[in-house]
Amino acid sequence: MLQVQRSPEVHDVVVIGSGAGGGTTVKVLTDMGINVTLIEAGPMLNPAKDFKEHMWPWEVDHRGVGPNAENYFGKDIYPFGYFLAPNGYWNIPGEPFTVAEGQDFKWFRSRIMGGRTNHYGRITLRFADYDFKPYQFDGLGYDWPITYNDMAPYYDKAEEFIGVTGTLEGLRSAPDGKFLPPVPPRVHETLVMHAGKKLNIPVIPSRMAMLTKPLNGRAACHYCGQCGRGCQTASAFTSSQAMIFPAMKTGHLNIITNAMARELLVDDKGRVKAVSYVDKATRTEKTIRCRTVVVAASACESARLLLNSKSTKFPGGLGNSSGQVGRNLTDTVGHAVSGIVPALEGLPRHNCDGIGGMHVYTPWWELDKKNKDFPRGYHIEIGGGFGMPQIGSFRGVAANAEGYGTKLKDDIRRYYGSTVSFAGRGEMIPNEHSFCEIDPVQVDQWGIPVLKFHFRWSEHEVNMVKHMHKTFSDLISAMGGRVTSRELPERAASAVSVGGEIIHEAGTVRMGDDPKTSVLNKWSQAHEVDNLFVADAAPFNGNPDKNVTLTIVANAWRAAEHLAGEMKKGNL
Amino acid sequence: MENHLDDVSRRDLFRILGTSIVLTGAGSGVLSPALAQHVHMALADVKSLSKGPNYQPLCFTKHNYLTLKKLADTVIPADANSGGASDAGAPEFIDFLSSRNGELAAIFNGGFGWLDDYMQRTYGSDFLTAKPGQQTEVLDKLAYRKNYTPETAGGRNFWTWLRNMVVDAYYTSPAGVKDIGFMGNGAMASFSVPKEAVDYALKRSPFANEG
Repeated sequence: MLQVQRSPEVHDVVVIGSGAGGGTTVKVLTDMGINVTLIEAGPMLNPAKDFKEHMWPWEVDHRGVGPNAENYFGKDIYPFGYFLAPNGYWNIPGEPFTVAEGQDFKWFRSRIMGGRTNHYGRITLRFADYDFKPYQFDGLGYDWPITYNDMAPYYDKAEEFIGVTGTLEGLRSAPDGKFLPPVPPRVHETLVMHAGKKLNIPVIPSRMAMLTKPLNGRAACHYCGQCGRGCQTASAFTSSQAMIFPAMKTGHLNIITNAMARELLVDDKGRVKAVSYVDKATRTEKTIRCRTVVVAASACESARLLLNSKSTKFPGGLGNSSGQVGRNLTDTVGHAVSGIVPALEGLPRHNCDGIGGMHVYTPWWELDKKNKDFPRGYHIEIGGGFGMPQIGSFRGVAANAEGYGTKLKDDIRRYYGSTVSFAGRGEMIPNEHSFCEIDPVQVDQWGIPVLKFHFRWSEHEVNMVKHMHKTFSDLISAMGGRVTSRELPERAASAVSVGGEIIHEAGTVRMGDDPKTSVLNKWSQAHEVDNLFVADAAPFNGNPDKNVTLTIVANAWRAAEHLAGEMKKGNL
Repeated sequence: MENHLDDVSRRDLFRILGTSIVLTGAGSGVLSPALAQHVHMALADVKSLSKGPNYQPLCFTKHNYLTLKKLADTVIPADANSGGASDAGAPEFIDFLSSRNGELAAIFNGGFGWLDDYMQRTYGSDFLTAKPGQQTEVLDKLAYRKNYTPETAGGRNFWTWLRNMVVDAYYTSPAGVKDIGFMGNGAMASFSVPKEAVDYALKRSPFANEG
């Protein structure tokens, strides 16, 4: 017979999820001496064992294809390759999701301490003033209940804690921050800077969460370029290493791993009184009582938890009288173009690893341009250089060169390091067709009802991708290169990334001043449930062309300080 | 060669590296030159990944394995710069993975069967015992689009898999990494780009005349 274990202890603050938002909440509260209990759906992270930072491909017999050649057959076991940090999946065995018929959506989840911050790209950009007031800016989307100036002090705190490279540029579309020194451009990046100059496209030092100087007890970067595999010296930011591990030493943090939150339970007044979760290891149902709960399980997972927390007072899900939980789902608009640049063929060999990812990038540059056929904009991420050879690295060269023998070897030598790629990361405007809800039938292996996704790009995003394709092709031509990616198809919509593929989901538990049209107030605190906070990208009112992580950290920091203040006043 | 670290001492380096950074603490997290030496130097002593004639195939028959070895060294042969595919362990890599993945085993076993059958019908001998010119003739018909024939259509998928996996195996071996000239995956105290590399590219680019 199923036995539900209840613990008599009442926890001050329970945080659900250990990624950027959960980690920040844990850090800020434990620093203030507040006791926190952290629930994570995955296991504890052990960087020494789990990070394959400096491994060569030949150190495993399968060279990185996977022990059963999984990656050759498009299996989803190592979506970003065998050597990446423990990163999660688009398809987790036993934890499905569904998608409306005829539509496409991919939902990436990381079940491990630190979540997706263990492997993410670490591009660290502030939202601009107009990103907080998009409706005022061009009449589309929803304004935030806060301004850039409200967030700015928390961007400062976040950057000073995380450590972000960059330079002061004075651009409205890319507000300056508290930066560490930048890293010099690689050879192909120098060519891109020249091409940008020719086309009036700015190319500036990238803003990345890697330490070019020691900071807060973390060592400076050693420039191996393997940040995506996880960093043994924690020189690349992760929630796990930079926030959770130090918090464990404060004596104020209690961690429960392999705990999949099932439901938030409310008392007669409609306040959260306990968290019910599945202890995955023993498959037992457990409940812990709490005074306050901070949900930071990732935008869609947080929406799922609220929607699954039904009660007489909240039949449509916890704090969801507005019906906005699950709505306004957005992801980033993605499109990439690659090319071969003859000026780089036969480039003298040198170590160009640097920090993992680009050293320069392009912020949006046509903010003031009239008569565009899409709103807002995108930033450009630049790829290239001498990467560590991996499975598949030379497949394109081999396919183009045809043949075999010494000629193939010569071709591979010649073309190595001569490929450049441009990836656009653009803003999606929230639309009524894109949302998630609880699937009426399907449950996961823990018996928890799963999410059903509805997702559609609009003309805005399709037109933006056309602009991306032309810009990237122009940049490659300006460098004297030739485009190797396929041309934009007749139906340009098929050239937009699949929703969820860029892994920047946001907007599903939005904040606002009006409880009728929003779930959370300006402190990311539920209008209807004062001891419920949401601290990931779910509170966002939009999904600008600036990756979400820095704003998750800043907004969670702001919410945590408010929570602590309310506790002090005796309001929580 | 004191700069050339083998795998074990490289791991030690990173263990020491991690510890020393932690111990020296904030304000001195810069690597000393001794610790920051490029670990790619380990590659200067390129070790063969091939287990040699003692390797017992896990998936393929002896005959098919010898055929694979010959094919692999034809795709990536030894040249003046470096060794070839079988020295880099390519046949072992393909046999190992085929032993663990039925789909892959079918592609390769099917391919070996097709190849010997085609050779028998065309030249009266299997691939291994055919004359070098005959071996090249069939591979040219598989490799180059301009030479495609209906008779060799059945071998093309096999050939693509073979070429891709041999290339993968070769360039993920110490010999391949050295041949291609990858110099990274090490620890450096700072990042800089050699001026000669920048000049090389700029001189060949449309920006040659911009300062």
